[in-house]
Parts: sequence; structure tokens; C-alpha cells
Amino acid sequence: MHECKCKRSLAGFSSVLFVVLSLVKVFLSQSPEAACLSAEDISPSSNGPRDDDPDDLFAGVDGGSVSGQSRPQSGRVRPLAGPDEEENRDTFDIQISVSDPEKVGDGMNAYMVYKVTTKTSLSIFSRDEVCVKRRFSDFLGLYSKLASKYMHMGYIVPPAPEKSIVGMTKVKVGKEDLSSVEFVEKRRSALERYLLRTVKHPALLKDPDVLQFLESSELPRAVSTQALSGAGILRMVNKAADAVNKMTIKMNESDAWFEEKQQQFENLDVQLRKLHASVESLVCHRKELSVNTASFAKSAAMLGNSEDHTALSRALSQLAEVEEKIDQLHQDQSYADFYLISELLGDYVRLITAVKGVFDQRMKAWAKWQDAQVMLQRKREAEAKLQYANKPDKLQQATDEIREWEGKVQQGERDFEQISKNIRREVGRFEKDRVKDFRVVIIKYLESLVHTQQQLIKYWEAFLPEAKAIA
Amino acid sequence: MVRSVSVDLNNDASLVIDIPDALCERDKVKFTIHIKTTLSSFQKSEFSVPRQHEDFIWLHDTIVETEEYAGLIIPPAPPKPDFEGPREKMHKLGEGESSMTKEEYAKMKQELEAEYLAVFKKTVQVHEVFLQRLSSHPMFRKDRNFQIFLEYDQDLTVRRKNAKEMFGGFFKNMVKSADEVLISGVKEVDEFFEQEKIFLLDYSSKIKDATAKAEKMTRSHKNVADDYNHISGAMNSIAADNNTAFKKHLEKCAEVFEKLRKLEDRVASDQELKLTELLRYYTRDIQAAKDLLYRRARALADYENSNKTLDKARLKGKDIAQAEENQKQCLRKFDKLSESGKKELTSFKARRVVAFRKNLIEMTELEIKHAKNSMSLLQGSIEILNSN
Repeated sequence: MHECKCKRSLAGFSSVLFVVLSLVKVFLSQSPEAACLSAEDISPSSNGPRDDDPDDLFAGVDGGSVSGQSRPQSGRVRPLAGPDEEENRDTFDIQISVSDPEKVGDGMNAYMVYKVTTKTSLSIFSRDEVCVKRRFSDFLGLYSKLASKYMHMGYIVPPAPEKSIVGMTKVKVGKEDLSSVEFVEKRRSALERYLLRTVKHPALLKDPDVLQFLESSELPRAVSTQALSGAGILRMVNKAADAVNKMTIKMNESDAWFEEKQQQFENLDVQLRKLHASVESLVCHRKELSVNTASFAKSAAMLGNSEDHTALSRALSQLAEVEEKIDQLHQDQSYADFYLISELLGDYVRLITAVKGVFDQRMKAWAKWQDAQVMLQRKREAEAKLQYANKPDKLQQATDEIREWEGKVQQGERDFEQISKNIRREVGRFEKDRVKDFRVVIIKYLESLVHTQQQLIKYWEAFLPEAKAIA
Repeated sequence: MVRSVSVDLNNDASLVIDIPDALCERDKVKFTIHIKTTLSSFQKSEFSVPRQHEDFIWLHDTIVETEEYAGLIIPPAPPKPDFEGPREKMHKLGEGESSMTKEEYAKMKQELEAEYLAVFKKTVQVHEVFLQRLSSHPMFRKDRNFQIFLEYDQDLTVRRKNAKEMFGGFFKNMVKSADEVLISGVKEVDEFFEQEKIFLLDYSSKIKDATAKAEKMTRSHKNVADDYNHISGAMNSIAADNNTAFKKHLEKCAEVFEKLRKLEDRVASDQELKLTELLRYYTRDIQAAKDLLYRRARALADYENSNKTLDKARLKGKDIAQAEENQKQCLRKFDKLSESGKKELTSFKARRVVAFRKNLIEMTELEIKHAKNSMSLLQGSIEILNSN
């Protein structure tokens, strides 16, 4: 009997999940506007971002056409875009799904393999539909490559999902219980959201590593990720930035925008974590409610059996049936609580960490620039001294070095300006996405609550005549 | 005043009792008992008197100890007013004050006050029902101590102390677990009592279990409501930092969660009042019915012993008259208990069925009402949020 219950829960779980997760996928991969990203917007020849790339890719698209000239990106954060602005370029015709988790191997060396299916009409892909098999470390490997390529330029690279020793061990050991099924499902969904977010980023979508990940049947095994998860990399990067900060004087922030934004993200970080914690608590308590309702249902059934007044006995049995249906309702709602809101919030908490990382990268760039300036100054002083000594070789070397460091100072300034520009753009995009995501998700969540209430009305209205029939 | 667990027991106008008012002073609750009567045994036709919980317990105990009432189901004593829950919450609130926003704190405080009120209502109700059970019963309403309880215009504390000394809690001090063994050990000739015995023994454990499970269910609802409260607060914090349209959007969401919390709270407290309280009350009432069976079983045992004594006396040829008299008395007592016991148990079943019916209907109607309110709240909010 215990097994039957388990199976029923698993079946019910996966059927509800299918509905919930298809909702999650839909909102992540589409945007309400109809305009398509034209082929010109994605130049297949670029291999990674070009710093001197004109703002073409990100410039506001007016009326659907891609403007040839670069529009100087204003430093101000645009107010929330109207429907005819940058939103138009957001709709891309690409669908990614992560499915069919399969266990490969046995014991502690076992791992899960997921099927990654990409359906698209975009020309940068070689086929309309591609299926590949990937394991978790492959995703980490992808993130690690993208982070090392783009983070220092101020791009917000979506972090990969977290490793979980406990979760994976259960799976490896071969426990077929509900919790390991849930764990695999949670991970599968997280991997899917990760990929969708990654390709939503216009620059990352073009990246050859991303294309290779999605398309090529064989992928070199990412060994270095054994120690590094998405958060691991971020931690490393942030630690380095911290060390830099400690060494340098507080950065002379000439741009109030950055100071303001940084503060905002600090606050948002705290607040989102709090919200996430409350939602996690809701998920937990809703599950408890489901369990307790089921338990009451059984107890009411026993009470009904024991009751010797026939009509009351029947009513109590029916009450037990209603409560059993309601416990399933609560369980379904807790999955909605989890997958619609809780996991999304978790994703955003990690994204905010990436955003903060990017600000730190800018500080690093500034520090590098400053260091170059200091070095240049030293070289100039050294040359000045050498003017009075009579060592023409050394003087020449000193002059050469001055030229070298002048170049580095210029490069440092350019890099700093570029990263500042990139961050402004990235932050603008992030905030727009965040608002959109939240709006969409909250509606879907409220609709899930509506559904629950509708069912409750149905069940109780069916029970009412039974209660009245007690005579 | 919503009467929950029992049907309207005030349908006899000759003696109408209710508790319109109660005062909570620290640990003590002072109930104001209001009596309206046409009976000549009372001095006034309408009057009020203040009583404490301990007075109710004294009344209950004296009735239990009264031999005359052995064949009746004694209305269960009202449980002690339990403000532990709200008090603990108040403590937590005080401790967590620093980690909450001002709005969150105010909301939790409001919620706490509502909880306090709910406990209050519950305890008033259960004390009221106790008195009404007595007033509506043909024998109990004539009880001398009941009259004293209602009429005596002084503090009953002195009487309570005296009573304790007199009875010493004789009946209650008996090992209660023995009664189950005694009841099930009795050789039952009467089919009615045989059925009742089987039924009551089984039902009492089932209803105790159902009560516990209902309590857990209610607590979970309250936890969910709490979470909605925190979510609402967190959303408001995020809203405070945002600009323009999104801020309004977030504030609207926070408002939705706040309203959801209120609804969830109401679902929880209505479920408690209609379902959990019903089960709690009848758990106690079933126990009272079992006590009746116990007393009857005891009387039967006494009768059987008296038979043995009579046989022995006849054999020895000594004290026969005494033994015969004793046997006659035991039989009389046993028959009396059986006769009134049968009546009591039959009306008990009727009362139980009516109460369950009433409460299940009311609970269901409230569940439907709250679900409909939730739905219209949610649908209205979705419309507003979509139009933004």
C-alpha cells in the first residue's frame, strides 16, 4: 500500500509539473511583441564581442528596422521601454528544452545525462532542430567559458545552476524515492531556464561556445568545472575584485549613475533574498498543509467507519473524500509556488550576484587604468633622471617604456569607458527583463491560485448537499 | 454570539442562560453570566453574575460526585482558557521586531489581536454551552449547586475550597484507565448496551485522533497565512526602492498578498471553530458517555458481588437479611442506571448527529464563501495588473 501511494504521488507530481513547467518555459522564451529579430542583427562572422562594435546590436529599433549608423547610447537608463522600442528585437525564434534525464553508470561515478533540444529558424544554427546529450558539468563548463570571455567586459552572464552534493548522491546511490525524482526535476528545470536566459542575451546567442554546446554531438569534457560551479566562479571573481578594492583608494566615482545603481543592487540583493526566503517558507508550509489534510482525511474516514448513525457515517466518509482531493490540490499549489515563484527568485538572487560582479569588474578596470597612469608617471620620472646621466641606451629604453605605458594608459581608459558603456546597456536590459519576468510570473501565479480556489468551490459545493442530507 | 458546537439549547424560555460578556485580566477570565427565568425557584427573573473558570469546574465536579446523577451523561467540563498560543506569538513578535518593517510589525500585531479574540470567543462559547447543557436538562436544571452557581451573589471561592475538602476528588482520583478494562470486561446481556460499548470505545479513539489531525491542519493554514504576510512585506520593501509604474505594480501585488493572508486566516479560524471545536467538544462528550457506561459497569459488578455475598450468607446461615437487602439495593441501582442510561445515550446520539450536521453545513458554506471571495479578489487583481 505504501508503494501505491508513492507511485500515485509521482504520477500526480509529474502531470502537474508538466503543466507548471510548460508555463515557465513559455514565459521565458517569448515576449509579447510580434516583431522578429532580423537576420542582419546577428552577424555570424563575429567571434565573441568586439569592443569597438557599434551599438547596432543594441540600439533602439524604431519601427522594426535596424539602423545602419551607430546611435550613441545615452548614459541615462532609459525609462521603461514602450512597446515600440527595444522590445521589438527581443522576440527571437528559438526554443530550447532540457528533457529526458537518464542515469549513466553506477555507484559514485554515475551521472545524469539530459537531452537538450533546440528548435529554431535562426540562420546561425545549422539545422532547424538539433538534439544533443549533455551532462551537468557540461553546463558548468559552458558558463565558465562564457564568464571568462565576457564578464570582464561588463556583460551580465547568467550563472549556471548550483551543484548539490546531497541531491546528486541520492541519485547516484539509486534511491528511486520522491525526493530524488524531485531533485532531478528541479535540476532539469533549472538547466532549461539557464539555457533560455543565456540565449536571450544577444551577444551570448552568437557565441561559438554556445552554438557548439547546443549543436555539436560531441563536447570535450569540461574537467575544470569539477571544482567550480557558477557561484564558485563568481566567488573567485568577486574575491579578486575585493582584494583589488582593498588595495586601491576608493574609486573616484565621477558618474553618479554607477554609484546609485550599485547601491540599488545592494538593496535589491537583500530584499530579494528576504522575499525568496518567505516564498520558500510558503512552499514548505503548503506542503505541510497538504500532508496534514491527507492525514485528516484518513482520520475522518476512520471516524466515518466508526460512526453508527448511517447518514452521518456516510457524510463523514464523503468529507474524507473531499479532504483527500483538497490535499492533492494543496500539493499541486505548492509545486506552483515552487516552480513559478521560488525558483525564479532563486535565479534572480544569483543573477544579482552576477550584476554585482560586473560592477566589480569595472572597478578592476579602473584600478588597472590608474595603475597604468601611476606606472607611466614613474617611467617619466625615471626618464627625467636619466636625462642627466650619460647612458644613451638606457635613455632610449626609458623613452620606449614611456611610449609603451602611454599606450597602456590609453588602452586602460578605453577599456574602462567601454566596460562602463557595456554595463549601462546590460543593466538597462536586465532591469527591463526583470520587470517583464516579474509581471508575467505574478500573473501566472495568481492564475494558479485562481485555479485552486475554483477547485475548492467545486469540491465543497458537491459536499454541501451531502452534509444537508444528514437526517 | 455564534453558537457552534451544540444546537440551540436555549429553546426553553423558562430558563435562558448566556454569556454576553467576559473580561480578560492577565491569567484570569471573568465571565458575566446572564440569566432570564420564569421559574419560581429563583429570586429574580433576570439577573447577572460574574464567575471564573474555577467556579465552572467546581460545579462540574459537584455534579459528577452526586450519586443521583450516576445514570446521566454529565456535560463535560469546559477546558481552561488557553491563551498560550497568542502569548507565545506575542513573545516572538517582540523578539522579531527589529527584523521586520513597520508595516509588517503592525500587520502581525493586528493578526495577533485577532487570534487573541478568537481564543476568547472559543472559551466563552464552550463555557456557555456547558451551562446551557445543564439548564436544558430536566434533572440538572433543578440541581441545588447549579442554582447556587447562578444566583449566589458572592464569590464562590470559599465554597470551592470546602467542596474540595469534602469530596477530595474521590471519583476523579480513581485510575481512569481502569474503566476501559472494566467496561469491556463486563458480561453484557443487554444488546443495546453491548452495541453502545463497542461503539463508544472505538469512536472515542477515532474522534480523539480526528481532533488532533484537524488541529494540525488548522495550524498549517495559519502558517500559510503568515507566509503571505511576510511576502507582502518583502514586496513592499522592493517597491519602495523602485520607480514609477513598476513600483505601483509591486505595491498592488503586495496588497493582493495581504488580502490573501486575511482570507487564509479566516479560512483557518472558521475551520477551527466549526470543525476542530466540534470534534474537541464531542471527544469530551464521548468521554462523559463512557463514564456513564463505567458507572453502570461498576453497579453491575457491585450487583454480582452482592449475589455472591448473599449466596455465602445463605450457606453460612448468617446475616441473610442484610445480604438480601444489599442485593435488592444493588439491583435497584443497576436497573435505574440502565434505564436512565439508555435514555441518555439515545438522546446523546440524536444531539451528536444534529450538531455534526449543523457544523458541517456551516463549515462548508463558509469554505465556499471564502473561496469565492478569494477568487473574485484574485481575478480582479489579475485584471488590474494586466491593464497596467
